[in-house]
Amino acid sequence: MASSTYISDLLRREPSKTFWGRLKGGDELSYPITLACTVSILLIVALIVAELWSHSQATVQKFGLGFLTSRTWDPNDGVFGALPFIYGTCVTSAVALLIAIPLGVAAAIFLAEMAPPKASNLLTFLIELLAAVPSVIYGLLGIFVLLPIIRDYLVPALRAAFGYVPLFSGPFYGVSLLSAGLVLSVMVVPFIISVSREVLLAVPTDQREAALALGATKWETTWDIVLPNASTGILGSVFLSLARALGETMAVTMVIGNTPKIAASLFSPGYSIAAVIANEFAEASGTLYISSLIFLGLVLFGLTIVINAIARILIIVTTRTAA
Amino acid sequence: MTQEISLRRRITNVVMLSLTGFCTVLVIGVLFFILGYLFVHGARSLNLAFFTQLPKPSGETGGGMANAIVGSGKVLLIAVLIGVPIGSLAGIFLAEYSNKTFAFTIRYVVDLLNGIPSIVIGIVAYSLVVLPMKHYSTLAGGVALGIMMIPIAVRTTEEFLLAVPNSLREGAMALGATKAKTIFTVVVPAAISGLISGMMLNLARVAGETAPLLFTALGNMFWSKGWLQPVATLPVMIYNYALAPAEDLHQQAWAAGFVLLALVLAINITARLIIARGPASSRR
Amino acid sequence: MATPQQPALKDITSAPASNAAVSRSRLCKLSAKNINFFYGSFQALYGISLDIEANKVTAFIGPSGCGKSTFLRTMNRMNEALRNTRVEGELLIDGENLLAMDVTYVRRRVGMVFQKSNPFPKTIFDNVAYGLRVNGVTKKSVIEEAVERSLTHAALWTEVKDKLQKPATALSGGQQQRLCIARALAVEPEVLLLDEPCSALDPIATLKIEELLFQIKDMTTIVIVTHNMQQAARLADRTGFFLLGKLIEIDDTRTIFQNPAKKETEDYVTGRFG
Repeated sequence: MASSTYISDLLRREPSKTFWGRLKGGDELSYPITLACTVSILLIVALIVAELWSHSQATVQKFGLGFLTSRTWDPNDGVFGALPFIYGTCVTSAVALLIAIPLGVAAAIFLAEMAPPKASNLLTFLIELLAAVPSVIYGLLGIFVLLPIIRDYLVPALRAAFGYVPLFSGPFYGVSLLSAGLVLSVMVVPFIISVSREVLLAVPTDQREAALALGATKWETTWDIVLPNASTGILGSVFLSLARALGETMAVTMVIGNTPKIAASLFSPGYSIAAVIANEFAEASGTLYISSLIFLGLVLFGLTIVINAIARILIIVTTRTAA
Repeated sequence: MTQEISLRRRITNVVMLSLTGFCTVLVIGVLFFILGYLFVHGARSLNLAFFTQLPKPSGETGGGMANAIVGSGKVLLIAVLIGVPIGSLAGIFLAEYSNKTFAFTIRYVVDLLNGIPSIVIGIVAYSLVVLPMKHYSTLAGGVALGIMMIPIAVRTTEEFLLAVPNSLREGAMALGATKAKTIFTVVVPAAISGLISGMMLNLARVAGETAPLLFTALGNMFWSKGWLQPVATLPVMIYNYALAPAEDLHQQAWAAGFVLLALVLAINITARLIIARGPASSRR
Repeated sequence: MATPQQPALKDITSAPASNAAVSRSRLCKLSAKNINFFYGSFQALYGISLDIEANKVTAFIGPSGCGKSTFLRTMNRMNEALRNTRVEGELLIDGENLLAMDVTYVRRRVGMVFQKSNPFPKTIFDNVAYGLRVNGVTKKSVIEEAVERSLTHAALWTEVKDKLQKPATALSGGQQQRLCIARALAVEPEVLLLDEPCSALDPIATLKIEELLFQIKDMTTIVIVTHNMQQAARLADRTGFFLLGKLIEIDDTRTIFQNPAKKETEDYVTGRFG
């Protein structure tokens, strides 16, 4: 009985409403602290934008928007133009997606529609592990494994087949837009597979059953019914991969050739926005040089934000309609 | 006639379906060929000196990356100290306190932060830490990686807390627990295995980041003198050595790649197994 | 060690109240005065007024969606955890308006057991000790004693005394629900609210819970929501019938089931609708 009175004494008291009394409940601490952390994220993002903006002002004032369309990048003469990097970024990303989309979507179809669930889950697990491999390792492998293969097998084959097209002509030294695109494609494929598979799995089973019941083959069901249902989501995964490819730095830097020129041929070396920042930032001297690199960072930032936003909206739209 | 069409349809069916299977095999084959190559090549280049010795001056062979291993650890420690508290407390706010519109806005901003290329985060850490302190430093590298950890920390925390059934919150509150005590004594412990593995995945993700370290932590051929000095890290060493014109350094790069990858994959596999088994598991 | 039979809460129920309600407080533990409740713009309760008698079992019956659970959750202010809700009126506990009190204090005095058992993913011991610890009880001996006493009251002690450190989620459904009752009893609530506590249980587990509720009613005042009229008839001293957010009538259980005043009640208890 003694303990019971003790408990009663302790619990039958209304908590004090003074500041310290309320502090003991914890809400007076936990709410403001967690809120502060949340708000600090907003501040960090604002700070990122502000830093990029203010540190790129020198370039904005000197070159204006002409910076984006100028083809010359010559730090020694103090002339800076972004076009070679924008070109290189776009070309490598395009090559990457052209290879990765068909392969990735086909593999996702196989994993979602064909493979037995256990095998599918295991393979997806492995594929998702591949998405976790650091990009510098893809770069390492790109230099020492992919480049020789591309040089010895792929380029001669492409030359033989399409040598008359400017895209596939000219000398090949190993490092090139093509190599960067290929390395990027290897990097984004796991991404496309895992997101597309999720989207495909979200398509309701009754849609498949309805088509199969009407006598459609498995392939016809997949192609005519399931894919259209999932197309927006798959497009979302493509945009996500694109954003990733555009901002990818290390692997590209290691195999693209780091030459600021615009060449029609995929065989020639190029440069990407992320690569030029990675390569030259630490050694850049002079306000204008640094500010031009930071302005390139701002461009990259804007580009990825727009593309990410599109991707999110597409994915939200599909998961909503599927649910 | 009908027979013929149905034959054509059957052939299309088989051909296309096999094609998707072929693509899967191709993708997985290529990827595993590459990684297998790394493991074989890397393991062969690995030796004890790699873990215990400093890099040798250029021209000499041998040496190791002891300073880079420790350096990576130090940078990651700072990153965790910055990214995990901010991110997970914000995740708690979103899951437990926030109203819908505010949570939606924050989620959007967090996704935005997550989408910012790592090289851009590097620039920002440079201008925030390196410029004012006039030094490349461990701290600057840690700040860059810490900012990169925040978005995933927020989203995993929020997801795993939302997966905790509401009945547990009600049960605690019905016993006279305040909201804060409910969160920290019932909800968070119920989700703890998911939270820990989420943070492990988060750590593994930034452990391999190179770009944001290039001009924050920079690099160092020797032991770093304190937290405000340049420091060597594994990913940056891989990058530098892979591009260096010496076969011996390439071997070192392979060894470092092997160590880094083994670490990242080990963390990933452990964390994913915990999530798959955990009581409060939630598929994304 | 306190013996289970000793009514630990008796002295509290009769102790306080220096106000006018003192004469009624012996009989009437909780008293609702014209309670209206809103989910956003939807009104779920219309002018509920009733008295809950001390140390009696009161049952609320009615078809689903009639507001009986909503009213129960208003009595320890659990509905406040939901967004966009509003309550009007007065709820008196021993003559004091509990809507104006500190909410954690209210919930300590008015405990609740839910429809679906919700043990925390902790050990059995930690589950029962939770309410004490979270409210500032730190003495180990006190907690151990309270855990044993509560588990005994909940008719679970003999089954779990050798596995107190095992996870609570390993128990069977009926055991889990009794654990939740023990957990609620550990803080010695003056009123215990039960929201369809047996709806997910088999008949044998249900019987066990009904027996233990019968045992503990001299310690605490019990209010139970049930969709099972036999259960109300078996357990309750008094029964209230809810329909469409209104309290149709509340009276002695026997009267409600055999000779109700209102036609709606008669229709419901004789199975003509609902």
